[in-house]
Amino acid sequence: MNKYLIIGASIAAASAIEAIRKNDKEGSITVIGKEPYAPYCRPLISYALLGKTTFEKMPYRDASFYKKMKAKLILGKEATSIDKAKKQVILDDGTRLPYDKLLVSTGSRPFVPPMEGLDKVEKKFSFMTIDDAKSLEKELDPEAKVLVVGAGLIGLKCCEGILAKVKSIDVVDLAPRILPSILDDKAAARVQDYLEGKGIRFFLKDSVASFTKKTATLKSGTKLTFDLLVLAVGVRPNTALVADIGGTVNRGIVTDDCCKTSIEDIYAAGDCTTSHDITSDSDKILALFPNANMQGEVAGNQMSGGTLRYDHAIAANAIGFFGLHIITAGSYIGDQLDLSTKDGYKVLFTKDDHLVGMILIGDTVLRAGIYTNLIRKQIPLSSLDFEQIAQQPRLMAFAKKDRVSMLGEKR
Amino acid sequence: MKRVYVEEDWCLACHLCEYWCAFSNSGKDNMVAALKNKTIKPMIQVEEGDKINFAVSCRHCEDPICVKSCISGALSIEDGVIKIDKSKCVDCYTCIMACPYGVLMPNEDEGIMQKCELCTPRGTAPYCAAHCPNQAIIYEER
Repeated sequence: MNKYLIIGASIAAASAIEAIRKNDKEGSITVIGKEPYAPYCRPLISYALLGKTTFEKMPYRDASFYKKMKAKLILGKEATSIDKAKKQVILDDGTRLPYDKLLVSTGSRPFVPPMEGLDKVEKKFSFMTIDDAKSLEKELDPEAKVLVVGAGLIGLKCCEGILAKVKSIDVVDLAPRILPSILDDKAAARVQDYLEGKGIRFFLKDSVASFTKKTATLKSGTKLTFDLLVLAVGVRPNTALVADIGGTVNRGIVTDDCCKTSIEDIYAAGDCTTSHDITSDSDKILALFPNANMQGEVAGNQMSGGTLRYDHAIAANAIGFFGLHIITAGSYIGDQLDLSTKDGYKVLFTKDDHLVGMILIGDTVLRAGIYTNLIRKQIPLSSLDFEQIAQQPRLMAFAKKDRVSMLGEKR
Repeated sequence: MKRVYVEEDWCLACHLCEYWCAFSNSGKDNMVAALKNKTIKPMIQVEEGDKINFAVSCRHCEDPICVKSCISGALSIEDGVIKIDKSKCVDCYTCIMACPYGVLMPNEDEGIMQKCELCTPRGTAPYCAAHCPNQAIIYEER
């Protein structure tokens, strides 16, 4: 009987469990989670503060799922090392758990650069976990001034979640634009304008030089006062368990398209890994929910003898702020086609007869998956009416045989 | 499993499927009460071209990327049908980003996504197929 062990109670863990059980009904499955919660939908924490969901609704699968899958959850315990010779994982309480196949899905952790005086700030928060969100929620107050360091996805989703419950929000970022990981300058300016209209103030190309208990002095000399500080500078992948035993790590844990690490019988999935991005033909960290889910599935399938591959990875992201939706995918390389209108922003990126990237903001996001599919499947643009589909994502633009296949055959 | 399939050579772009879909999902037992003076929000939509038209609705994929992408766990597969738990949906649009057919639609009134869940009891034709006057929408096993 195979012993499957999963470190990290994440979305990748949940999909790995499902995939393992499709192939192996008997093997034992054990999941170790550092947080005291079963796998939950991490991106939902801002929606819980916003009131769009609740902490109770956040588990990715209900409790009966783990029972049905005969998966044992060990929660509130951290794996501290892997003994690859004995094929055991050692927990922080000294327990040794044996494995035949191990999945490392340890995610990432907030990165906080050294900042002078940060230790003097009493009310400071990260924004990664349910507990982070709960402790921030306790301090929300209509009179509270909030300073957010970091204008990325995490920082700005936090802003959306709390804006209505606080007095003001200032955001500082070293980058020259907001959402630097998903937007270019032009798109970022548009979203920034919208967020400023909601009352958020931005201090870009700037950083905190020093803190006192309730003030931040920026490099530019600007002084900001605050009651609550949110640190959302960035994240770092949790790679130590694999790196410590000689596994290949290049920023993230390096895996092949079977989600296997360089060490025998050890697999990795999710935000702790690098993926091969097909649009730029390069390995990078694609720390995105759908990717973690697909990697978990492939890892679980491979661990239990399957042949699935994780070989169509792209960056693809949907995010919204106060009703303004943004969908982006791929790489911003090649030729740019700007099809923006007054209702929405749309820039498509093409290279060598392929759509390789897109940035859509506003009404142009509808049916965006038709574009995402062109990117992910690397469909030659010469095989369809690109002029038509660039204007509007429609299946009409495909050749008849492809339409018939899409709408008339089992998918 | 029986699914909805489209024969584009037969579609007249009459849009009746959209009205029957809206009626079927209205919870009302009378079409007039359900649709009169309302902007319908159907889960099937007709694409119209110069010569060709066809209706597009959820394909109920066997390996659905929308379900894998859903950040809230609102989308799931039940007996082959892709369902949406509206109480879990947070309207993040990740499914819109993912679906290759463009069939998940935001319902602005409710602030959540909507999609075809094959409205009628299993095995019987959904309203769009049952009421298509030209058999351009077919519900069968393929």
